Amino acid sequence: MSRAGIGLALALLAAFAAVPTRAQAPFIVVASTTSTQDSGLFGHILPLFKARTGVEVRVVALGTGQALDVGRRGDADVVLVHDTEAELAFIAQGFGIERREVMYNDFILIGPGTDPAGIAGTKDVAATLRRIAERGAPFASRGDRSGTHAAERRLWQRAGIEIDRAKGAWYRETGQGMGPTLNIAAAMPAYTVTDRGTWLGFRNRQDLVVAVEGDRLLFNQYGVMLVNPTRHPHVKHTLGISFMDWLVSPEGQRAIADYKIGGEPLFFSNYAKPAD
Amino acid sequence: MSTDFFAACAAAFRLIVEADAGLIAIVGLSLIVSVAAVLTATAIALPLGAVVALARFRGRHGAIVLLNALMGLPPVVVGLAVYLLLSRAGPLGAFGLLFTPGAMVFAQAILVVPIIAALARQTIADAWLEYEEQLRSLGAPPRLAVWTLLWDTRFSLLTAVLAGFGRAAAEVGAVMIVGGNIDGVTRVMTTAIALETSKGDLPLALGLGLVLVVLVLAVNAAAYSLKQAAHRRFG
Amino acid sequence: MRDRAPALLPLVLDRASVAVAGVPILDRISFTLEAGSRSVVLGANGAGKSVLLRLCHGLLAPTAGTVRWLGPHADDPGRSQAMVFQRPIMLRRSAIANVAYGLKLAGIAKAERLARAHAALARVGLAHLAERPARLLSGGEQQLAALARAWVLEPEVLFLDEPTASLDPAATRAVEAIVGAIHASGTKIVMTTHNLGQARRVADEILFLDRGRLIERAGVDRFFAGPATPEARAFIEGELP
Repeated sequence: MSRAGIGLALALLAAFAAVPTRAQAPFIVVASTTSTQDSGLFGHILPLFKARTGVEVRVVALGTGQALDVGRRGDADVVLVHDTEAELAFIAQGFGIERREVMYNDFILIGPGTDPAGIAGTKDVAATLRRIAERGAPFASRGDRSGTHAAERRLWQRAGIEIDRAKGAWYRETGQGMGPTLNIAAAMPAYTVTDRGTWLGFRNRQDLVVAVEGDRLLFNQYGVMLVNPTRHPHVKHTLGISFMDWLVSPEGQRAIADYKIGGEPLFFSNYAKPAD
Repeated sequence: MSTDFFAACAAAFRLIVEADAGLIAIVGLSLIVSVAAVLTATAIALPLGAVVALARFRGRHGAIVLLNALMGLPPVVVGLAVYLLLSRAGPLGAFGLLFTPGAMVFAQAILVVPIIAALARQTIADAWLEYEEQLRSLGAPPRLAVWTLLWDTRFSLLTAVLAGFGRAAAEVGAVMIVGGNIDGVTRVMTTAIALETSKGDLPLALGLGLVLVVLVLAVNAAAYSLKQAAHRRFG
Repeated sequence: MRDRAPALLPLVLDRASVAVAGVPILDRISFTLEAGSRSVVLGANGAGKSVLLRLCHGLLAPTAGTVRWLGPHADDPGRSQAMVFQRPIMLRRSAIANVAYGLKLAGIAKAERLARAHAALARVGLAHLAERPARLLSGGEQQLAALARAWVLEPEVLFLDEPTASLDPAATRAVEAIVGAIHASGTKIVMTTHNLGQARRVADEILFLDRGRLIERAGVDRFFAGPATPEARAFIEGELP
């Protein structure tokens, strides 16, 4: 490339960098999951946070695995996800600090109203999954390394099924987010595991109904972490912490608990102050 | 399914009539990002197309094939490449561009450059075939000859630029990855459509899609009438 | 009137040849063109007339031999010569913008460019079409505009390649009259044609080209009174060799 070409490229880069700078409020980037975004929770709580602090929260909604990747690369200030095991590994590897448990909701098993696996009325998710595998009833898996996917795989494990070996034509991996996977489950129709929030916000249910809910195994904890500023010096330490502090403050916890669809709460705040 | 389709049409109609502020912001950002990308790409692609059309250098045929092939560049691949470039851990991380409209402009410009350059190359090569002897006879130096070709084919080149705009406005794979579909910051028509699809609100998603189609249609209709008028005016 | 001393002329071809992919188009052509006269290159289709003209004008380079200007400004031959092609190449702009285009290359200011272009269009009788898109003019009008575009440069030498081959008789007469006027203003004319009547009307001297070779050169009266070569005699009598 000629010198003029390089000059042009640099000028363009500078111009790109200038695009978003107009009238900028202080902001942080939060890498989070599709469940928090698609359910509408952020739409409810972020305006409250902004009204309180003036800080804009920019949410990039991905699967938990991808969201952690974004944090690992330093492309977000805060990560809010739901896969405790992976979160603890993230902290242990030094990518994140100050993890706090913010809220939980639950997963539910949904499936066709025609009940092809014959599981109506059961409360035991492990037994239900065994039945689905036995009958080869269609099952749609996220297959995308998301928090929900990780949870689903743990459920199979608890059911005593090695899903990688047991899966057949009945087990479909969509490789997509919760919403698209629900669309696919509705079209097939098939069973699938989803977080309750996304399900409540989901409009294209067709024949799908809740098959199993309320099992202790279906508990879904969300945690929030600051991307380690020692590793990524540009991370907005103070603003990020202020958002995390607000989430676990009485005001933030109330805001989370207050978010309902059709009178049903989607998330349950459960921050517990550390013992010390 | 047909009821869904009509529901989508109704949703599109409502969206347009109600001109909801959120929608206007999304449409506005779509336009700004795609227009900025196309302008950037044009500034690079026209000279590039002209050079490949006119200059005689080793590997020129390879360059033509490459340009034509790159027209089919998958947006997702461009998105990923730009993501890795702009990521804080990447070589251009210091600019802090990831998850901003600037990043989307960057990615779309990369997608659009080959389209405009390849189409412009063809247009300019054809015009050169026609003009070459006259311009050389008049003693036009190369720089001015190139400028004359660009100027005289400007309405055909506009078609190339529009093809680029269509591509930029319609793609979702790249802007989703590098923009992050952040509400109010990097959410554009296509990523909004993807979002509504994943929320299962198919009529709203398709409604947004129809709005996008109308938008692209309007831009093309305007350009077409401009071109017709120009033909009457300049021959 | 062009009253300057010759800057480029004379033009000397010394055994100049052009071959395309090994096939000879022009074969060892040698002649000298002096200022003043109207030289017409005559010959059948395919004799190499157009290639010879492009060679003289500098659009082609000889594959063997030399083409040289011997005048005092021979180092910059582009400026003082112009060419009109068989099919006029009009830029996608108005007629007047086409005529002014060459002046812009000569670095003349815009106001003067337009004034001179206008005058040139008026001289070829196209003043009323100045603002029309040039490519929407008729074939004859386009050729007149091309003549104006050449004339406005006040070239020392004007090359014309079968300028009337695709025109009707009225347009042909108009073109011939303008070529005469350009010559009268002091420009050396070098023109190709395969039309004997036109050669008689326009030429001071004839260069007869046959299958890539220059086989005869004579004043127009002597040439038509008694060509020296059998090929030229056959051509005049309308026979094909």
